[in-house]
Amino acid sequence: MTDAPKRTPLYDLHVELGGKMVDFAGWEMPVQYPMGIMGEHKQCREKAALFDVSHMGQVILRGENVGEKLETLCPQAYATLKEGKARYGFFTNEGGGIMDDLIVSNAGDHYFVVVNAALRHQDIPHMQANLDGVEVTEIFDRALVAVQGPKAEDVVGELCPAARELKFMETAIAEIGGVECRISRLGYTGEDGYEISIPEADAIRVSKLFLAHDDCEPAGLGARDSLRLEAGLCLYGNDIDQSTSPIEASLSWAIQKRRKEEGGFPGADRIQKELAEGAAKKLVGIKPEGRAPARQGVEIQSESGDTLGAITSGSFGPTVGGPVAMGYVAADHSAAGTKVNLIIRGKAQPAEIVALPFVTQNYKR
Amino acid sequence: MATYYSEEHEWITVEGDVATLGITQHAADQLGEVVFVEQREAGEEFEKGGEIGVIESVKAASEIYAPLDGEVVEVNEALADNPGALNESPEGDAWIYKIKLSDASQLDDLMDLDGYKALIG
Repeated sequence: MTDAPKRTPLYDLHVELGGKMVDFAGWEMPVQYPMGIMGEHKQCREKAALFDVSHMGQVILRGENVGEKLETLCPQAYATLKEGKARYGFFTNEGGGIMDDLIVSNAGDHYFVVVNAALRHQDIPHMQANLDGVEVTEIFDRALVAVQGPKAEDVVGELCPAARELKFMETAIAEIGGVECRISRLGYTGEDGYEISIPEADAIRVSKLFLAHDDCEPAGLGARDSLRLEAGLCLYGNDIDQSTSPIEASLSWAIQKRRKEEGGFPGADRIQKELAEGAAKKLVGIKPEGRAPARQGVEIQSESGDTLGAITSGSFGPTVGGPVAMGYVAADHSAAGTKVNLIIRGKAQPAEIVALPFVTQNYKR
Repeated sequence: MATYYSEEHEWITVEGDVATLGITQHAADQLGEVVFVEQREAGEEFEKGGEIGVIESVKAASEIYAPLDGEVVEVNEALADNPGALNESPEGDAWIYKIKLSDASQLDDLMDLDGYKALIG
């Protein structure tokens, strides 16, 4: 990673808008704009915010029976994913750990996959090597922009009436500002909204059309992180990794019934065993009682002083109005309401295990 | 009354043998929105270079390092309930400690306003 950080098609817009640029996963991305993380976070919860997520990998899969073949790499029911639908999932490894999480859409004549920025160099060869007879093509000439928040439907719908017709986890091709875009009603903030794949030459112009709406402001990676944490959504590399299983990560909801029963994906032995017997540790929501944020790596102890696990994501939740965190604890201490201590700078700070998410998800189902 | 600045972006205003310590506006701007301040208690002694508290923004935790030897004589309790004051008036109401200096000659190692302005460019 000694190369200079790459720039997305929206780079010039970030600079124009006063974005504070940082190196994130090899990309020069705005962590915040002049509004600040708290303001941008609230903007997204209350109105609408525009995020550049072009650093994520956009991949096209073409071939026969792509859905069936994806099921050999993922524990999701992609064979039965209907045209125009998107589904969250993950690649698992032979040990039942998570290699990456992703969104797969059935686009009719192809499948459209979005993977994490830092893992595209793993995921694309992984698909090329294991999806027999499938053409795996990474898209380099399109931006990916997320418009998220309760006003997202108005912001996008005024330019593209078809967007209003989409329900949560539906995807379509539609014209915005005279250019053909892939528009998907999903996101990673816990709010209603869209992710829109735009040809790079038009990306800034179309983004400015969204930003011209009174209720839409730009938001950076800082707000994106606090929004997804309040929404109880995992960040790959923090909350999930090659060692954590989907059951440990409380992601069993993302494995459809047929796949749970039939198996047939990498690591199925471990995952099916944990589904039946429970996992030894579990990812939970943690609400510190005081004001001190508990950051990644903070030790979680039982009230009697036994080590239970560690915080994997922790920050201040602007909508919650206090610190929020997620972390792994021993399964016998994972029930909501369990009192624990967080060891922050050597001092035990009281906290409670809570149900996720911290804020109600506001999807248009 | 003279004001001194440290390379760790703190200011110190000295009146007699008691000094007031805070962080500069530049530091507050760099930290972003402050959500929590962990302070030492009155009576605690500290040495130059030692950690004397933590300021947390939404994104990260940053230590406060003592610019000289001394003892905490008063803590700005208002910051516990309103840590955001550190963004609004870090060089005014949102001071962090009143301290008693152990060795006033250590002030000679600190910068004046011109020196600090040169440091932050």
